[in-house]
Amino acid sequence: MNDSRDRLRKWVLIVVMHLAAVLVWQAWITFGKVEPYIMPAPLDTFATLLEFKTYRWGHNTLITAASVFGGFWLAVVVGVILAVLFSWSRWLNEALMPLIVSLNMIPKVALGPIFIVWFSYGLGPNILIAFSICFLPILITTTRGLNEVEPELIDLVRTLRASRWQVFTKIQLPGALPYIFSGMKVAVVLAVAGAIVGEFIASEEGLGYLMMQVQVSLDTAGMFMAVLMITAVGVTLYAIVLLLERLLVVRDARME
Amino acid sequence: MSIARREAEVEPFIRLQGVRKIYRGRREDFLAVSDVTFDVEMGELVSMVGPSGCGKTTVLKILAGLHSHEEGTVRIGNQSDRFDAARDIGMVFQQPLLLKWRRVIDNVLLPAEILGLPMAEARERAGHLLEMVGLSGFAQSYPYELSGGMQQRAAIARALVHDPKLVLMDEPFGALDALTREKMNLELLRIWGESGKTIVFVTHGIQEAVFLGSRVVVLTAGPARMADNFLVNLPYPRGLDLKTQEAFGDYTRRIYKLLGME
Repeated sequence: MNDSRDRLRKWVLIVVMHLAAVLVWQAWITFGKVEPYIMPAPLDTFATLLEFKTYRWGHNTLITAASVFGGFWLAVVVGVILAVLFSWSRWLNEALMPLIVSLNMIPKVALGPIFIVWFSYGLGPNILIAFSICFLPILITTTRGLNEVEPELIDLVRTLRASRWQVFTKIQLPGALPYIFSGMKVAVVLAVAGAIVGEFIASEEGLGYLMMQVQVSLDTAGMFMAVLMITAVGVTLYAIVLLLERLLVVRDARME
Repeated sequence: MSIARREAEVEPFIRLQGVRKIYRGRREDFLAVSDVTFDVEMGELVSMVGPSGCGKTTVLKILAGLHSHEEGTVRIGNQSDRFDAARDIGMVFQQPLLLKWRRVIDNVLLPAEILGLPMAEARERAGHLLEMVGLSGFAQSYPYELSGGMQQRAAIARALVHDPKLVLMDEPFGALDALTREKMNLELLRIWGESGKTIVFVTHGIQEAVFLGSRVVVLTAGPARMADNFLVNLPYPRGLDLKTQEAFGDYTRRIYKLLGME
C-alpha cells in the first residue's frame, strides 16, 4: 500500500521535474530574448519533428540506436566473458590486464579515421567505436564481482567437494551480477558518447551525422532535436538495464 | 571375533593424536597448533575454547579437511559409523554466509544441490529443518529480511540439510548480541538433542563452552598448545539457571585458571 503510493510519488516527481525543465527553457527564451539560432524555443525544437522528410528522424534514430545498442551489448558480452576467463586463469589476468588498461588509454575518437580506412563508413565501425569506449568498466566491475566471494563460503563449499563449475554458477556469477549491472550503468553513457562521436567522423547516417549536416545551415532547432533524440536513445537503454536489474538482482544486493 | 568387535565398538568417532600444524611464513614459521589430542564420541557436543591465536579454528579446519597438518594423526569415523568426508561435514561460521539472491529455503538446499542429492527429498528435509530451527514461516523470505540470529538459524539448517554425521561450528554466535547469543545457546542444545549430531563447537566464550559442551577442550596461545580436555558432568537438558550452580562455576574457574586469568 505504502509502497505503491511511494512509487506513484516517484513517477509524478520524474514527470514534473522534466516538464519544469522544459518550462524553464521556454521562460529563458521568452524573457531573455535569445536569438533562435543561438537557442531555439522548445516548441520550435519539437516542431522539427513534423518535418520528417528533411530530417528522417525515424531512420536516423534507428541507425544511432543500432550503433549504441550494438556497441553496448557487444561490450557486455565481451566484458563478461573476458572477466570470467580472467577469474579462471590468474596467468591470463596478469598477462592481459595491463595491456587492456594501456589500450584503454588510446583516445577512441582518434580511432575513427583509422576505422574508416579499415571498414569504410557505416554502422560497423560505429558499433566498434561505441564498444571500445564502454567495455572496460564492464570488464573491471565484473572481474571484481567474480573475485568478491567470502573465503569462508569457499571453505564451506570445498568441504562439500564442489566443482569449479558449481562454484562459478551457484556462487560467483550470481554474486557478480550486481557488479555487472553497476558497470553496465556506467557503460550506457559511454556507449552513447562513442556512437555519436563515430557518427560525427565516420558515418553517412544517424543522429550524429544529421547534426553535422544541419549545423552548416545554423539549424539550431534541428540540432537540439537531434540531441534530444540521442538522449532518448540513451535513456531507453538505461531503462532496459534498470528493468533487467530489477528482474535479475535481489533488492538487497543492488548497488545504487 | 567377538573381542575384536568389542574393541571396534569402543573406538571413538573422532580421534586426534599429537596434532601439530605450522604455517610456513616468508620470514619465520608460525606454530598454529600443537599437542592436540582428544577423542570425540558419536553424538557428543565438544566445545573447543581458547583465546585468539590458540589454533582452535585451525583444528576445526583440519577436521574439515581444509588444512593439512605436519605431525600427529587425525581419524574420523569408525566401524559402526563410516565417515565420508564429502558428505558428512556440516559447517557453521561466525557470519551466516547466506547467498543474498536466494530465498532461505534455497540457501538451506545449497549443500544438497552441490552433492547432487535427490531434490524432492532434500526439499522436504529442508522444510523440517526450518521448522526445527524456528524459521518455518520464513522459507520464502530473502536473507535481508531476517535478523542476525534468524540468519544464523538458517545457516544451521543449511549445515544439517545433507544429514552429515559431524557438524563443525566456528564461533557461530560470536557476532550476535549477548541476549540473542544466550537464546541461541539454548536453541542449539535443543537442536543437538533433536538431531543427535556430533558437534565440535569453537568459541572464545568460557561460559558458553561449559554451558554447551559435554566435553571441553582448552587450547592456549603463545605457544599454541592443548592445555586441558575434560568431561562436563552436568546433566542435559540444561537451562540458564545452570550458570548459577556451583559445579558450573568450578568448570569455568578451571578454564580461567588455565588461561591465566585468575
